[in-house]
Amino acid sequence: MLGENLMINYEEAVGMILFSIGFCMLLFHRNLIKKIMGLNIMDTGVFLFLTSMGYIEDRVAPIVTDPSVAATTEQYINPIPSGLVLTGIVVSVSFTGLMLGLTIRLYQRYRTLNLDEIYYKAREEHK
Amino acid sequence: MMKNNKESKFLRWLNGEDLLIDTKNEEPPVYDPEAANPYQYETEAHTLRKVDKAERRVFSRVYLALSVLLVLFLSAVLLLTVSNLPRYGSAEAPVNNEVSERYIEEGLEETGATNLVAGMILDYRAFDTLGESHVLFTGICAVMILLLTARKDSKKQLRHQDEEALYDVTCDPIVRIMAFFLMPCLLLFGIYVLLNGHLSPGGGFSGGAILGAAFILYSMAFGFEKTERFLNEKTIKVISCCSLGFYVVAKSYSFFTGANHLPSIISPGTPGAILSAGIIMPLNVAVGMVVACTMYSIFSFFKRGTV
Repeated sequence: MLGENLMINYEEAVGMILFSIGFCMLLFHRNLIKKIMGLNIMDTGVFLFLTSMGYIEDRVAPIVTDPSVAATTEQYINPIPSGLVLTGIVVSVSFTGLMLGLTIRLYQRYRTLNLDEIYYKAREEHK
Repeated sequence: MMKNNKESKFLRWLNGEDLLIDTKNEEPPVYDPEAANPYQYETEAHTLRKVDKAERRVFSRVYLALSVLLVLFLSAVLLLTVSNLPRYGSAEAPVNNEVSERYIEEGLEETGATNLVAGMILDYRAFDTLGESHVLFTGICAVMILLLTARKDSKKQLRHQDEEALYDVTCDPIVRIMAFFLMPCLLLFGIYVLLNGHLSPGGGFSGGAILGAAFILYSMAFGFEKTERFLNEKTIKVISCCSLGFYVVAKSYSFFTGANHLPSIISPGTPGAILSAGIIMPLNVAVGMVVACTMYSIFSFFKRGTV
């Protein structure tokens, strides 16, 4: 079950550990701002994982330095994960903005950032 | 001393223990369920007393145990998966298939961009990038809906002098002087990254983020009145919509001609020249404008509740 590549794939492993740390923050912190930070750390883990998937040993970033020579696959790393990470970063920025906006609204309404407090106050209100 | 107080107060606010607004000098809180916002001045202790403590404790224990189990299970599964992945950096991995081969081998000739990633995301996969720009645009629309209605509901809740003074750095000489020297460099670098997106690392998203950061720094150091001379609600709307519209029109043209094998006026040009790679450079500029406007307006909404 445990493959032999855990130590060799250390970059992917670190990405997954970052993902787990972010997930922990998401579950264990009651503060909404810290939850958003946790989500961002999760994102970072995924980005690290994706970029390290595209890396190939002894090859350089896919930017042609000499256009007169035809580019071959042996020279450059895989460009697709880079494009995917770009998409991920944009989505992450947008949802961070949206979540902070929602948090501001919740703070204005309930005057606290603690999720439990908000939950109980909201429940009180609807009794 | 004063500074220390403010910092510790901000930290306590971040931990959810304290309110930013000083309530010491005000009337003691009165719980009024008829008011529009009955919890406005209620303290944390007040709510906790009302909550059934036993229920709360049981729930938090069950929650904690389940969370620990879930986290352990998830990280174990993830690390096991990583240990079974192909070796890091190996060329034989299934990710490196014929798609990336095609992008690398034909990309330079077909798109004319020496930055193959830019050629990929703005030519082969331009539709995907259009979606990304719209995600940003939708994000700022959602923030606008949330915070503009907030301003109408409770005008003075956000606008409190204590809160304002806590983040206000406009009278700080260090910030002002550093911003004065940094602004031209940041703007120049942002424009360079935008215009060279098809030749070197960078492109619309990174260049736009640099420009947005420059505008944010400018508004922080010199106040929003200065930024409003060139970036107000109207110009942000016009720039975002025009950029997205230009993107849609330009890409529709190239999709239409490409799909129907019609002759197109867009040519890849000489790879490596600044005016090359067809419409990749204008598309980069359009995307960069959207990103810069989004960054600046999100900051502005959070800082003062309006653009």
